[in-house]
Amino acid sequence: MATAQIGKPVRRVEDQKFITGAGRYTDDIQLPGMTWCAFVRSPHAHAAIESVDTAAAAAAPGVVAVLTGADVEADGLGGLPCAWQVDFNTGEPMNEPPHPVLASDTVRYVGDGVACVIAETLEQAQDAAELVEVSYRELPAVASVPEAVADGAPQIHAEAKGNLAFIWDLGDREATDAACANAAHVTTLEFINQRLIPNAIEPRATLADFDAASGRSTLYTSTQNPHTIRAVMGGVLGLPEHKLRVVGPDVGGGFGSKIFHYPEEAAVTWAARRIGRPVKWTASRTESFMTDAHGRDHVTTADLALDAGGKFLGLRVRTQANMGAYLSLVASAIPTYLYGTLLQGQYTTPAVHVEVTAAFTTTTPVDAYRGAGRPEATYLLERLVDTAAHETGTDPAELRRKNLIPPFDGVTQEGYQTQVAMVYDSGNYEGALDRALEVFDLPAFRAKQAAARAEGKLLGVGFSSYIEACGVAPSKVAGALGARGGFYESSTVRVQPSGKVTVFTGTHSHGQGHVTTFAQVVADELGVPMDDVEIVHGDTDMIPMGNGTAGSRSIAVGGSAIHVGLGKIKEKGAQIAAHLIEASPEDLEYVDGGWKVRGTDRGMSFQEVAAQAYTVHDYPDGVEPGLEFTSFFDPENFTFPFGTHIAVVKIDADTGQVKLKRFVAVDDVGRVINPLIVDGQVHGGITQGVGQALLEGAAYDDAGQLLTGSYMDYAMPRADDVPSYEVDRTETRCPINPLGVKGAGETGTIGSTPAVVNAAVDALWHLGVRDLQMPLTPQRVWRAMHANGGTT
Amino acid sequence: MIPAAFAYRRAASVDEALQLLGEADGDARLLAGGHSLLPAMKLRLDRPGTLIDISRIDELSAIKESGDGVCIGAAVTHEHIAACDVVGARAPLVAAAAAVIGDVQVRNKGTIGGSVAHADPAADYPAALLASDAVIHVRGAGGSRQIAAADFFVDLYATALDDGEIVTAVEVPDQGGAGSSYQKFPHPASRFAVCGAAVSVATDGGRCTSARVALNGVATAAFRDVGVEAALQGATLDAATIEAASAKAAEGRELLSDLFADEDYRRHLAKVFVRRALTAAAG
Repeated sequence: MATAQIGKPVRRVEDQKFITGAGRYTDDIQLPGMTWCAFVRSPHAHAAIESVDTAAAAAAPGVVAVLTGADVEADGLGGLPCAWQVDFNTGEPMNEPPHPVLASDTVRYVGDGVACVIAETLEQAQDAAELVEVSYRELPAVASVPEAVADGAPQIHAEAKGNLAFIWDLGDREATDAACANAAHVTTLEFINQRLIPNAIEPRATLADFDAASGRSTLYTSTQNPHTIRAVMGGVLGLPEHKLRVVGPDVGGGFGSKIFHYPEEAAVTWAARRIGRPVKWTASRTESFMTDAHGRDHVTTADLALDAGGKFLGLRVRTQANMGAYLSLVASAIPTYLYGTLLQGQYTTPAVHVEVTAAFTTTTPVDAYRGAGRPEATYLLERLVDTAAHETGTDPAELRRKNLIPPFDGVTQEGYQTQVAMVYDSGNYEGALDRALEVFDLPAFRAKQAAARAEGKLLGVGFSSYIEACGVAPSKVAGALGARGGFYESSTVRVQPSGKVTVFTGTHSHGQGHVTTFAQVVADELGVPMDDVEIVHGDTDMIPMGNGTAGSRSIAVGGSAIHVGLGKIKEKGAQIAAHLIEASPEDLEYVDGGWKVRGTDRGMSFQEVAAQAYTVHDYPDGVEPGLEFTSFFDPENFTFPFGTHIAVVKIDADTGQVKLKRFVAVDDVGRVINPLIVDGQVHGGITQGVGQALLEGAAYDDAGQLLTGSYMDYAMPRADDVPSYEVDRTETRCPINPLGVKGAGETGTIGSTPAVVNAAVDALWHLGVRDLQMPLTPQRVWRAMHANGGTT
Repeated sequence: MIPAAFAYRRAASVDEALQLLGEADGDARLLAGGHSLLPAMKLRLDRPGTLIDISRIDELSAIKESGDGVCIGAAVTHEHIAACDVVGARAPLVAAAAAVIGDVQVRNKGTIGGSVAHADPAADYPAALLASDAVIHVRGAGGSRQIAAADFFVDLYATALDDGEIVTAVEVPDQGGAGSSYQKFPHPASRFAVCGAAVSVATDGGRCTSARVALNGVATAAFRDVGVEAALQGATLDAATIEAASAKAAEGRELLSDLFADEDYRRHLAKVFVRRALTAAAG
């Protein structure tokens, strides 16, 4: 087709706007009569609130209202819920302590909200917030899970005995224990998958408006999923859908941290209703560090059992997951159904068992962060595989090859049933491994490594062959696993009388390039120019329903919902065209932007039919006017992208500093709609994964104070920390959606981290280093080198 | 966050700045590049009643050559210093330190006077100034005085400046053909020096006739490392001498310890970076 768009490296149409500063973010929106909100936050990790004196703040210049936890209680606001129920392995439901909009009796992390001050200006709000006097009685802090679950640990919630959220397990415990007991070799490692802070470039921002005449509230908020916020916050505030509009305007990055409903959203919406004026709050960067949900934070011990020939026999995983102070929106699903279910990896391991102890601590809540459970799973598995290769003297690529699941297309061959509940859709894992090896040239590297070592230089290579689950989610499966909502996606395809097409999607773009990618799908299917297509997202008043953008779901689920709608448009258009050209609809085919009688030139263009659909002067009987369809798509399975990443690092023998020198990524994300955008996602994802491996890590002191609360201490990866990546792909179609796509948003983050750490361990293996914990700070690496009798 | 309310005054001259400082009676801060001050004010850790802007005072903004050195105005930016041929030729350590401060945005705004007066232990200038034998020019209500760099950096954020005094310039004497190098191990987040070693070594026939070795980033204040200097004095500057001298770096000193680098690791870095700086300077 002359207008084929799928597969083309179309430049992002939204970039002009963002690069020239014409984006419109929540904080850019000004409403008449708008007031500003500042939060009074706990300086303590754990304390009882003895009193809150708001008199001085209320009397300060410009102050409109001061609201506290007592007001929250008096107004009967609900608590922030968790949307995914995970049961204890004994059958009892998880512990879900209340998470109030503002704390009234106890604060449980540094940054927990105690009061909010609404004033005429931002300056006045912040000045007055300092005048709110809160009297605290400090309680002991509990910053880590091992502390939290220890006997006699201070109790953080009355509702969570022993500070436990849940103890969950998956897989065959007995078979796995037996495999580990009888194996020729068992590789065991302990992992600290450290806590990360998401750091979207746009801090969270909220602006609430209230229309007294209609009783409707509008919330503009920096979110990844406006409909989810409408549903969840509607519950907190008792506002049904028709009285609440949620708009997610331009959003400057989320990485998961903007999935969740946060207390500030409810607080400003509630405050705006109380004072009858708009209320705005934008997080300072300090507040972002303290209160955006953090990611990861696992402590794990894992064993990989192998037979004498190198075949994997069993994988046993014991994880402690830090939930932070409260259960954030999807926090319970991350270390369970998005983690344990991925531990099969790409391998045929016949026995897998994982047990997860999730506990509360007096720290910022932890929830999904790019990859969300899957990086944690991939990290431990791929670290174990490279370590097993070292321990058994096997080439790490060949050890993988020996254990790979054979190729299957999911159409003529069945999906692959894992030991941990998933059925993989389609895969050719060896194909990606082979392509990565081809790009990388391992023999050449080994020669270079040996030569470098002879000169005392430290070079290492690390592998990671990952699998991940995207396309969240098949609602029936999710529901059976405890999800409290569905995960389908909706679209409305509105063909305008002029033949231009407006598409409304329930997904949300905050950097992913949907406005381009989805327009390519529409232009390709309809044979119309890209410029004729407008993609609209982010407003619950305009879009019928949605689950937003997370878990690399947008193209697989949202794109498919659009595809379904386009099919309906073509079908109805065929009826209209057939009537007008006096043919049978069954004889028409859709080619080159119009309907034609098969094998002839007789037909009508898309634009001609669109015009007729709205003029309706000469029209088929029984057909409704108009050319617009709302469609829902619920996938029958997750999608499973995969790939192999290979990293090369060089370590400064003097300082222990690890420098990433080379990174080869061969990913299979199914069919690619826009290779430029996929490359961009892969590059960004790799950099985030490298950030975890080398630089990033949140740290709390014993008192529960965040030590890494600014860019002075929390190291984000920068351009000069990474090399130019070598990105390549294989393409295995996904059989469970009409586009054949799997999703590309998180592969980089999931695959890259273990490759980098494996490379560092490889560089130091000959010095006796067997393991390194992240981030690989120079001090940590240097100390490991010397603890093992390495060079001085 | 935004800073607490403050009054803003722009001084047209050093005298006016001094007068404004006097009027504020201790409740004023000088604003030059603002790259340390403003973040502290935004966090409300610092809340001066008045900011006196000295960034546009002509007499603080010039780089002047004299017969025996170069005098850099306090309000000259790091980027300007790093790019200035005159500083590069006559005060190479200062130029080298300026070039590796923060990032280009920081260098475009931050000033040498501001950095010196702030005395962050991890700043890059102090070691370079110590190893260059620089002199800090200051002026107060009582007049002007000159303070040797060696006497200026007293402790953590503490200098020999008296209340009401302003740094007006940094004067660097000619280095007499000495080889020099500043080698830095930056913090990956802040890009401040976890360890920065500045050395200036003069040789005659391969023998070291004078050595100045200074470190910043490792202790509460930058310091001259006399132990290393003594080990170099009179010795042939070969790899063995450098190795042996470097091994004495920070010997006997209490060093800083933080999340990123504890005291032992900092001591190790001091040795590594003194060695690297000496090797580069000797080469």
